[in-house]
Amino acid sequence: MPKYIVWMVLLVALLLLPHGLSFSQQEILVFLTINVLVVASYRLLTLTGEWSLGHVVIMGVGAYASALFSKKLGIYVPVTMLLGGITAALVAVILSFPLFRMKGFYFLIGSFAASEIIRLLWKRFRDPFGGAKGIKGIDPMPDFSIGIYDFDFFEPVSYYYFSGFIVAICLWILWRIEKSPVGLTFHAVHWQDKLAEASGVNLRAYRTLAFAIASGFAGIAGALLAHYIGTINPNSFDVEVMVFVLTWAIVGGTATFYGPILGCIVLTVLNEIVLRELGFEQMRPLIYGAVMILSILFLPNGLESLVQKFSQRRADGLAPNKASKGAAE
Amino acid sequence: MLDLLAQTGLNAVYAASYISLVAVGLVLIFGVMGVVNFAHGELFMVGAYAVVALYADLQVPFFVAVAAGLIFVGCLGLVMERALFRPLRDNPLGGLVASIGFLMILQSLAVLGFGVRMEHIPPVTQEVLSLGDKVRLPVARLYVIVAAIVLLSSLWYFLKRTRFGWALRASAQDPEAAMLQGISINQTARIAMFIGAGLAGVAGALTAPLVSVNPHMGHSVIVTAFIVIIVGGVGSLEGAIVASVAYAFVHTFVTTFYDGVLADIVGLSLMLIVLIVKPTGLFGSADRA
Repeated sequence: MPKYIVWMVLLVALLLLPHGLSFSQQEILVFLTINVLVVASYRLLTLTGEWSLGHVVIMGVGAYASALFSKKLGIYVPVTMLLGGITAALVAVILSFPLFRMKGFYFLIGSFAASEIIRLLWKRFRDPFGGAKGIKGIDPMPDFSIGIYDFDFFEPVSYYYFSGFIVAICLWILWRIEKSPVGLTFHAVHWQDKLAEASGVNLRAYRTLAFAIASGFAGIAGALLAHYIGTINPNSFDVEVMVFVLTWAIVGGTATFYGPILGCIVLTVLNEIVLRELGFEQMRPLIYGAVMILSILFLPNGLESLVQKFSQRRADGLAPNKASKGAAE
Repeated sequence: MLDLLAQTGLNAVYAASYISLVAVGLVLIFGVMGVVNFAHGELFMVGAYAVVALYADLQVPFFVAVAAGLIFVGCLGLVMERALFRPLRDNPLGGLVASIGFLMILQSLAVLGFGVRMEHIPPVTQEVLSLGDKVRLPVARLYVIVAAIVLLSSLWYFLKRTRFGWALRASAQDPEAAMLQGISINQTARIAMFIGAGLAGVAGALTAPLVSVNPHMGHSVIVTAFIVIIVGGVGSLEGAIVASVAYAFVHTFVTTFYDGVLADIVGLSLMLIVLIVKPTGLFGSADRA
């Protein structure tokens, strides 16, 4: 089957998807779309081997920046989303100076401290961040029409299409970055840092670059979120949200591009739709925690390892001669 | 002014007591098993709920309830060691994720069992020690301070003077060499986990009548404990205690003279500065990562 047919089917399925869902499920779908961008950008950072606990706050930087640009300066909303991403990337560059003096476990904790400071600054300074109550009444995306479809942003479906479009572009860019020489250097920085450094790679610069790019896309995701829900506060970006992002990435697996996205989709569908539908409202965190523990115990390489095993088996089944030939040699 | 300073200092000593109980447990677990136990704040919370269930609901004497809380949370630690950390010994991120999963389970069990609202616990004692004109120390706080001193010094004795303690420190320093000496790593992990969890539980149980007990109280506890163990040096018990005292004083004084959010910012900045200047912490050894 040619590859573009697969993509066409996927596109049609994604376009039709919201029409079979209830209103609240459509809203969850919008959040899911935005979260896909968050985990995908998080993976770019993990490529260099660093695990951050500040990604969600960086996303919040994008959200706050975009909200303030549109509210205080009256900039047109889609432009502010881009500016939010740029602001997030700049903040990441500033944070990289203290943070990249650390590695591994210390980076994890250091990123937590730095991001928690940012979050508390939002809480402390009522002007312009709105204090603990945050920013309310953020300008929504202005409605527009592209001829065949009228975007009415009070409808989650419209926002799903809009954010889906933005997220798809971002994912494509992230994918291109990963496959570019720069992306390969990120891998080298993680797995062969001494060799890479000896070959003239500036490790610090590449770590900073990965951090800035990942943060920029997280900022765009935050801006998408801010203009959808219309109100943000410091608690929307606290460490509990970060724990969810971390879980999606680890349960999905970070060896492949689709791993974290898979983790995000599977866990969100499980948590928000299956458990809710089954009536386990009160017990959702309990089951979610149990799923986390079971998957880390029995699927240490993530959901992606299941996919790989399955596609491996299918490839073996389709080409038994090749496999047996390989075994004979 | 002098009264205010003395009173704030006394409050800081109280805060240092329960923070050091929690942080020392966290350091012990990290040192022996190499996992960051994110559920440590929730172990504190379970200890507090043990007092809610036994002392407030069943009218058991307070100190019996505290002891039961210590043992119960210690056993919870044993369960965590056997079910989560032992199978994931070679997977440090795995241990972290598993402890986050456990945290969510404990939290939702607390919600299911007790509801999300704050628990009201009748005060253990209304007595207040007056030291000078305006300086007062509620006896309930004195219990926490005394318990911290007693427990931590007996822990110190256990670690430095008994064979079990030696074995524990040996396997924290070098697990393979310890195994070659015939020390059972599983055994030392069990002991460390029981003590570490038990200390968190007893801290929660003792402070339960003094704070608002709710299923989400573990969050601020774990953040504080992290700051303390980083500042003190990951893996250093002495460092954890010294850092607890330092952090408690800074935090209490900034809270009293400015406000709580600023105190949090100052605490986190302190930790960030320590990470930048000396990532191994004030008392940490250079080779631990």
